[in-house]
Amino acid sequence: MSTPVTNRYEFVLFFDVTNGNPNGDPDAGNMPRLDPETNQGLVSDVAMKRKVRNYVAFASDNRIYMSEGATLNLQHDEAWKAVMPGVSKAEEKKKLPKDEAKARELTAWMCANFWDIRTFGAVMSTGVNAGQVRGPVQFSFARSVEPILPLEISITRMAATTEKDAEDKGGRTMGRKHIVPYGLYRAHGYVSAPLASHATKGTGFSEDDLELLWQALEQMFDHDRSAARGEMATRKLILFRHESALGNARAQSLFDRVTVQRVYQGAPYEIGSEGTGNLPPARQWQDYQVLIDRGGLTGGVEIIER
Amino acid sequence: MAVRLHVWGERACFTRPELKVERVSYDVITPSAARGILEAVHWKPAIRWHIDRIHVLKPIRFQSFRRNEVGAKASAANATSAMKRGTTQGLGLIVDENRQQRATLALVDVAYVIEAHFTMTDRAGPEDSAAKHISMFNRRAEQGQCFHRPCLGTREFDAEFALVPEGAPLPTCDLAPEKRHADFGWMLHDVDFANGNTSRFYRAVMVDGVIDVNACLAEGAAR
Repeated sequence: MSTPVTNRYEFVLFFDVTNGNPNGDPDAGNMPRLDPETNQGLVSDVAMKRKVRNYVAFASDNRIYMSEGATLNLQHDEAWKAVMPGVSKAEEKKKLPKDEAKARELTAWMCANFWDIRTFGAVMSTGVNAGQVRGPVQFSFARSVEPILPLEISITRMAATTEKDAEDKGGRTMGRKHIVPYGLYRAHGYVSAPLASHATKGTGFSEDDLELLWQALEQMFDHDRSAARGEMATRKLILFRHESALGNARAQSLFDRVTVQRVYQGAPYEIGSEGTGNLPPARQWQDYQVLIDRGGLTGGVEIIER
Repeated sequence: MAVRLHVWGERACFTRPELKVERVSYDVITPSAARGILEAVHWKPAIRWHIDRIHVLKPIRFQSFRRNEVGAKASAANATSAMKRGTTQGLGLIVDENRQQRATLALVDVAYVIEAHFTMTDRAGPEDSAAKHISMFNRRAEQGQCFHRPCLGTREFDAEFALVPEGAPLPTCDLAPEKRHADFGWMLHDVDFANGNTSRFYRAVMVDGVIDVNACLAEGAAR
């Protein structure tokens, strides 16, 4: 394994959706998430982390602790029985482990074996302090750069589920899909290097792991096709690499360097500026442009466009 | 050795311990969360941060959202047995079989100024001086450096921060004049790690946009 990451990073991820639902809201009947005050679309941090995990599980040999579906085996209990026949589970599970050194050894082992624990952290129910790992990588909510308009599309199916339905409805049923015709989303993230490389708090999140994370961010939507998602794609990933572990510049000043403009017939407009309300709605990536201000960058920060 | 740190963010969730399954945030940041933010910038076992005052700079507003979450923690016992076996077979957690849909009532568009000082603990060595730690904190806060990215309650709500240097004026307060006085009731003050992780509460009262933590504590703290 390569060495733990010792540079702080911030990143800006732009991804878009065409005729799909990037992240359904369980509170609103699976409509796309919306900020009710601004009508900007939202994608939760956990939705993106799920896709990163899925990509890593699929594209590398790394193991993922929080797996989706039945990809990891179900022989959990069988393994237990096979290896530890004498353990009366419920009792002993709760007690372990009392001493801190043991707990630390446990977390270290979990970090070494599972990519997502190394990256995002995990809560281990140990009852002692060392049972919780904070990973170096942190996501915040993604937000669309302009308000989105969710559409509700009714669809029909030429078959019914039950016999009764078939009789009542003549063999046809109707369903609903929620889509966003187009939305460009912007997400911010952080890699706190000390949580990777610190002697006791570090998870050992390595340079290879970091490279895999960038790959995952670039390609995760390519392997997440489904009827609900429509066409989603990562459009731009901008990294701010700090020279030091603690960082060489304020995060917000770096994020402020990345701005988005609406483009109509070749002319750029500030988002939300006067007159943009009269422009036809954005429907493709080419209706936007992302600008990176590279001027006057204080030493020690490198902007990497991927 | 006092510091003032301006922190702000798009969202925040300082979860009420009594409403933690479907999380509901307190109206304002807790001293415990404020301490965590300072510790994210600079902390050593030699020092302990104490929150003196919290300035509330933005109107208190809430927003709700629901997410699919996992209903289990990683089991240490399973990890132990897997270590003994030397294989990670079956150690994964299948999220679809362990779903909980939980709502969060979070704060939106928050900003605070945290006033705090630190004291030296008994783990301070001869090389630890208050002046050293204060200048380390100030230097980091000024340059935007942090040990890890501070957050407003939970990690998905990242916090931006800026040092308010000594003598500099505080950022403006956007609270309406009639909203600057409030009794937030009993709030978590902090968790006492020395005494079996007991939570300690205090009666949080805001006077003219400022929660004077020490004055509130003097009014009476409860366990």
